[in-house]
Amino acid sequence: MTESSKPRMSYSRRDALRMLAVGGAAGLLAPNVLGKPAFAQTPSASPTGRVVVGFSQEPTVFNPLMPHTECDDAVHFSVFDALVRMDPKGVLQPNLVVEVPSQENGGISEDGLLWRIRLRDDVRWHDGQPFTADDVKFTLELITNPKFRAWRTAGHSLVRDIKVVSPTELTWRMEEAFAPYLSFLAETFMVPKHILEKEADPNAAAFNQAPVGTGAFKWAQRIAGDHIELVANTDYAGEGPYLERLVFKYIPDMTVLYTQFKSGDIDLVDQAFITADNYAEASKLPDRVVMLERGASVESIYLNLEKPQFKDPAVRQALYAAIDRNAILEGLYYGVHSPTETFMPQNSYYYNPNLPAQEFNIERARQILDEAGWVPGSDGIRVKDGVRLSFANSTTSGNHLREQTQQFLQQTFAEIGVEMTISNLPAAVMWGDFWLKSQFESAISGVTNVIAGDPDVTNRLHTKAIVAKGGKGSNTGQYSNPEVDALLDKGTRTFDREERRAIYLRVQEIVRQDLPFLPLFAYANVFGRKEGLEGFEANSNTRVASWHAAGWHWKD
Amino acid sequence: MRGFLLNRLSQSLILLLIVSVIGFVVLNLLPGGPLAQFGLDPGMTQDDLDRLKEQLGLNRPLWMQYLDWIWRLLQGDWGNSFRDGAPVLSVIGRHLFATLLLMGTSTAIAIAIGTWIGIRGATHRYSLFDHLATVGAMVALSIPTFWFGLVGIYIFSLKLGWVPAGNMYTIGDGSVLNYLHHLILPSVVLSLVHVAIWSRYMRTATLDAISQDFVKTARAKGLSERRVIMKHVVGNALLPMITLAGVQLPSILTGALVTETVFTWPGMGRLFLDSLGYSDYPVVMGLLMFSAILVVLGNLIADIAVAIVDPRIRLG
Repeated sequence: MTESSKPRMSYSRRDALRMLAVGGAAGLLAPNVLGKPAFAQTPSASPTGRVVVGFSQEPTVFNPLMPHTECDDAVHFSVFDALVRMDPKGVLQPNLVVEVPSQENGGISEDGLLWRIRLRDDVRWHDGQPFTADDVKFTLELITNPKFRAWRTAGHSLVRDIKVVSPTELTWRMEEAFAPYLSFLAETFMVPKHILEKEADPNAAAFNQAPVGTGAFKWAQRIAGDHIELVANTDYAGEGPYLERLVFKYIPDMTVLYTQFKSGDIDLVDQAFITADNYAEASKLPDRVVMLERGASVESIYLNLEKPQFKDPAVRQALYAAIDRNAILEGLYYGVHSPTETFMPQNSYYYNPNLPAQEFNIERARQILDEAGWVPGSDGIRVKDGVRLSFANSTTSGNHLREQTQQFLQQTFAEIGVEMTISNLPAAVMWGDFWLKSQFESAISGVTNVIAGDPDVTNRLHTKAIVAKGGKGSNTGQYSNPEVDALLDKGTRTFDREERRAIYLRVQEIVRQDLPFLPLFAYANVFGRKEGLEGFEANSNTRVASWHAAGWHWKD
Repeated sequence: MRGFLLNRLSQSLILLLIVSVIGFVVLNLLPGGPLAQFGLDPGMTQDDLDRLKEQLGLNRPLWMQYLDWIWRLLQGDWGNSFRDGAPVLSVIGRHLFATLLLMGTSTAIAIAIGTWIGIRGATHRYSLFDHLATVGAMVALSIPTFWFGLVGIYIFSLKLGWVPAGNMYTIGDGSVLNYLHHLILPSVVLSLVHVAIWSRYMRTATLDAISQDFVKTARAKGLSERRVIMKHVVGNALLPMITLAGVQLPSILTGALVTETVFTWPGMGRLFLDSLGYSDYPVVMGLLMFSAILVVLGNLIADIAVAIVDPRIRLG
């Protein structure tokens, strides 16, 4: 179970004023003691200023329950609230609830099946209506309504018998114990019952184009293809907002996005951040703060384990040994990303740092293949039992860094008698059935394995998640290990954080040994913002930099 | 005239039908589809994707999807965008203003300057001006527009700071002056190619007209050279330009793909590119039909305009 904590102090305007006064006085009285005047760090009492956030994709889906991509999250996190929120340390914080339900506080029963949620009583929708338990019930039921075009339903489909006890309390029963559900709830934003229940077809509701939430910012307008404008919700129940306006600007070309960051047209770069090749230059820009922050995604070579070439563990080990990761990281990715041995994000509580480190050793790779009986054929390509050690590698065409990586790998693999051909596809084709239904031989892909910081990877590594074999999930490499399956099953039923940690550390050990995919590196994101924009915090448990714009403010 | 119109109209409808079938089939034959963007989402299962496919009607046979689409289209329902859920016509409408503004301005610049260069080049054939115009046109046509765009941004925005680096206007300042300021660089860059095209066409048309007998007659009558050129040559040389304008009409409304991307211009060209990237079939089909209708209309208008201007042509 993910760690939770008590509600954080939220500042009212009066508190903020008080802090301003105290901070200011303290700053005047003892500047040398404090080192830095305290008031310089304190946001102003009423929302002021505007921040323009640049995106390389256009946010277009504003109903947070409908299918959407990363960039839409920025709008959802700003306009809406979820019951809980995952903070940068991977700790669940209350958002619309009074406390994060747990087995200790009685919010979740010992067997994990009965849940009780207690809500704040001071939250209002942007139209002034109070937020109540009815809204939560409505939201959870809408997600599993077969007529509604819902985003992911995992976890929600286990919820039964939602009962509204009072306007601030509700209970439900889970069909089976599912510990990751709390994290899923951190990405489940509440929608207003009083608006959506009147709609004959919620898929086509006017709400979807002009959302009403409980969040720190209210919807103002959208100029399609250009930008979205939000304004401060001065009645916000939580911390902030300190900004009067928040603008999400769409700049499709990465070079132009970076140019506009340089020229000052945008104040902060969000998805897909600053590209690795611009990192060195960006960090020298005057009046800009450029930070390298670990992301949740891991770039790996995925092997389709049902292909005869990859069934032999020796082949996977030999290929892994033949990858010159440092050359790829330094030569192609400008040293921005870092090597990793696992699928788990490196700043996760569940990350296993004690896995054997990969070593680039061509001789060792050759030796492993020799010992396993893979003999070079007449053309130099190894063969065993009639199987040629040759395979195609696919990734999104047009991603020049991945294409260069492929060419580099192709050469080193050839040195150990392995033939790798390159067969790339446009993104819209690559990540369709070709990827999901395991039609590839091998693929290079950056994959986020966990949802909102929860370590559960059943969807990626469990045998029952292989779609090509009738499963439900996205175990596209078709990895199957009974021990991992059992551990993952246990992990979803276990709510204790320490116990879960032991489980997932072991899973990582086994996976590192089995090598169903060959990790290349853990992604780092290059965040860039104007100097003076304070309150910004990176959070690798969310998919966007704008996960908490409520706390942003300009330094006076 | 009426017979001509009816004839052209029926031909156009068949053409549009063929365009729609080819467009629909080609678009839907691509593997992947609109849900491929969720392929890497950690929480989305195949079940979710199958459910969405069914809700969007994507699991039906292609011919059924096509018939359903065309039937709705005939009733005025262009469908809804998969990407943002809004009706296709409103999605197109939202991007139309930006494109009209940019393309309208650049086309106006191109016509004015291109025509002038063409006439002057023809009347001063093989002069230094004519040579420079020829070389200039070759350069403008050979170098891709986005290169001019990036160079323009580098020199005039980043180095000199005269014009904004992109965007249609500064957020928070919707004044006409602000729009105009943002319009300068992209419209000038975009007009470069069109100036080149217009000047070359105009030069040829003017040369054609100059060699005609009526020009010699006009000169023989003792008219001033300026009057001969303005009244007799230019008037006649403009005729083929009307056809050119007709052919270019669709591009005014459908936008410039690359220029809109380089200058962060929220127009139709970028909408098309984005919609293709997301396999947003309803919007791509909508844009395809929209531009096909414009091509047909543009040609029709050009034919009628030529007939009105040139008394020798009779339609019917």
